[in-house]
Amino acid sequence: MRTYVAKRLAIAGVTLLGMSLLLFVLMRLAPGNITDIIFESAGYVDEADRHRLEAELGIDKPLVVQYGRWLGDLVRGELGKSYRYDLPAWEVIKPRLPVTLELAVLAMGFSVLLGVPFGVISAVRRGRPLDYALRVVSLAGLSMPAFWLAMVIILTLVRSVGWIPSMTYVSPFDDLRANLVQFLLPALAVGYRSSALIMRITRSTMLEVLREDYIRTAWAKGQREALVVWRHALKNASLPVVTLIGIEFAFLIGGLVVTETVFNLPGVARYLVDAIQFRDYPIVQNLAMLIAVVVVLANLAVDVLYTWLDPRIKYGSA
Amino acid sequence: MATIPAFDLAIPESLPAARSRRSALWHFVRKNPLGALGGVLMVALVVAALGADVLATHNPVRTSTHVLVPPGAEFWLGSDNLGRDLYSRIVHGSRISLAVGIASTLLGGVLGGLLGLLSGYVGGRTDLLLQRVMDVMQALPILVLALVLAAALGPSLTNTIFAISVVIVPRAARVVRASVLSIREFVYVESARALGVGHARVAFRHILPNTFGPFIVLVTAQLGGAILVEAALSFLGLGVPEPYPSWGRMLSIAAAEYAHKAPWLVIYPGLAISLAVFGTNLLGDALRDSLDPRLRGS
Repeated sequence: MRTYVAKRLAIAGVTLLGMSLLLFVLMRLAPGNITDIIFESAGYVDEADRHRLEAELGIDKPLVVQYGRWLGDLVRGELGKSYRYDLPAWEVIKPRLPVTLELAVLAMGFSVLLGVPFGVISAVRRGRPLDYALRVVSLAGLSMPAFWLAMVIILTLVRSVGWIPSMTYVSPFDDLRANLVQFLLPALAVGYRSSALIMRITRSTMLEVLREDYIRTAWAKGQREALVVWRHALKNASLPVVTLIGIEFAFLIGGLVVTETVFNLPGVARYLVDAIQFRDYPIVQNLAMLIAVVVVLANLAVDVLYTWLDPRIKYGSA
Repeated sequence: MATIPAFDLAIPESLPAARSRRSALWHFVRKNPLGALGGVLMVALVVAALGADVLATHNPVRTSTHVLVPPGAEFWLGSDNLGRDLYSRIVHGSRISLAVGIASTLLGGVLGGLLGLLSGYVGGRTDLLLQRVMDVMQALPILVLALVLAAALGPSLTNTIFAISVVIVPRAARVVRASVLSIREFVYVESARALGVGHARVAFRHILPNTFGPFIVLVTAQLGGAILVEAALSFLGLGVPEPYPSWGRMLSIAAAEYAHKAPWLVIYPGLAISLAVFGTNLLGDALRDSLDPRLRGS
């Protein structure tokens, strides 16, 4: 087990190193360097000023040195400075983390609560009208852009009850109820898509498990349907579902990017979009790196958990 | 579709070829109603894209003084804040969605497929290296990677296509590599090698064609994903720029600002995106069921 984890950690390290290289190169490809952008608003550029700023930012150094410095900063947890807010990047990111985390947890909660039971029901009623209906509902979830769904929900609320939740962020510590009401809709809009994925994998693994001998034995013993399906079968079908939940949790941030923008929530995902639009490249680079770290660690955690949960899986072979 | 002459000769007059073909189609529809619905939606999308000039009632980019007119006889789906006909814009927008979707899926699919073939067939260090590269490309959520790429390259039609195709590469590579690994072990591959067939020929003529099943399934599924990513990028202003009428951009600033006064600006473009992606997803599922026997019935 220990060698397996060590090996996976090494691979994760290589992946993140590759990601840092990719991001570094991409951000150097971006049109105009940061001094152009800072001076752009002034309209007048003094070459001496520009050189002083370039020296201050270290972008007059060779690329290899710049890359090395950036990596060093990352390892020490220094995320640089946000040019737009004129603050250390971490100061801007820190208050945004709980917003995104809360949204992600709520969305994941929704998607599990909807996805798992519907997937089980769909598998049990395979080929019946209910199965078709649930499959169409889940495919619709995969087909609608989350931001559009969010807009339609807001629109419907305005039209039908003439009320929408507050569009300015309410902290849960100030007013928990208002906060939850506010987060409910975006969480639902994002969670719907993940629930569709969870439902599909639950359905297909349940179909496989329901064909197995021990399930036939359970039926033959005359056990109640509820017990066979929800206890015996779901237990063995839950592993791939758990895996997907872990991976989806990290990938949710993709859906949050647009949803946080639509609902005007000050989260990390929206900050990424803001930073891109204001061409705050150091922030884009660091935020993307941060997201990659979360994704890679989540994948690693899920794989390790998987081998630990299922004794049939031998570690060390990956 | 031309009929095959020899086929006509073999069939008695009482059973015309046309009827049997129709009944074959009917059989597919009966057996796979959802897949058939997906096919209909895809055909509608292609017809809209190809026939946009004929189907549109107005010039999609010409502004007028008739702003925010509700749906009616003149503007079928209403007009936007600049007095442009929404119906014509949506019809023309299908071109952007379909073109970006197909181009990026093909580009990413072919590139990823070739890398997967190389990785699976050559194996060893090449495989290890390529796998790590694919790991890196999959370490960011699809939209985040596409966003960063689009931001670095700048908004343009070709850059949008490129950004989305990069996201598809690792997924296509994984699928093709997995099938190459199993096909490589078959006896017929070994016999081809024993007969003195070169590596390139074995890889491209003997192995590659057999990976098409899973590859087609993946590509169909990715087409819908590509359309969604294009919509999200354009919505954020980082995708297809003006003057192209992109569905995603139709939903951005203007629609959000006028949503209350003109809900049709929000509803119809989003409905178009959803139906197009829904069609590819339905078709993708049906294809997966019929092409991949292991998943049949699941």
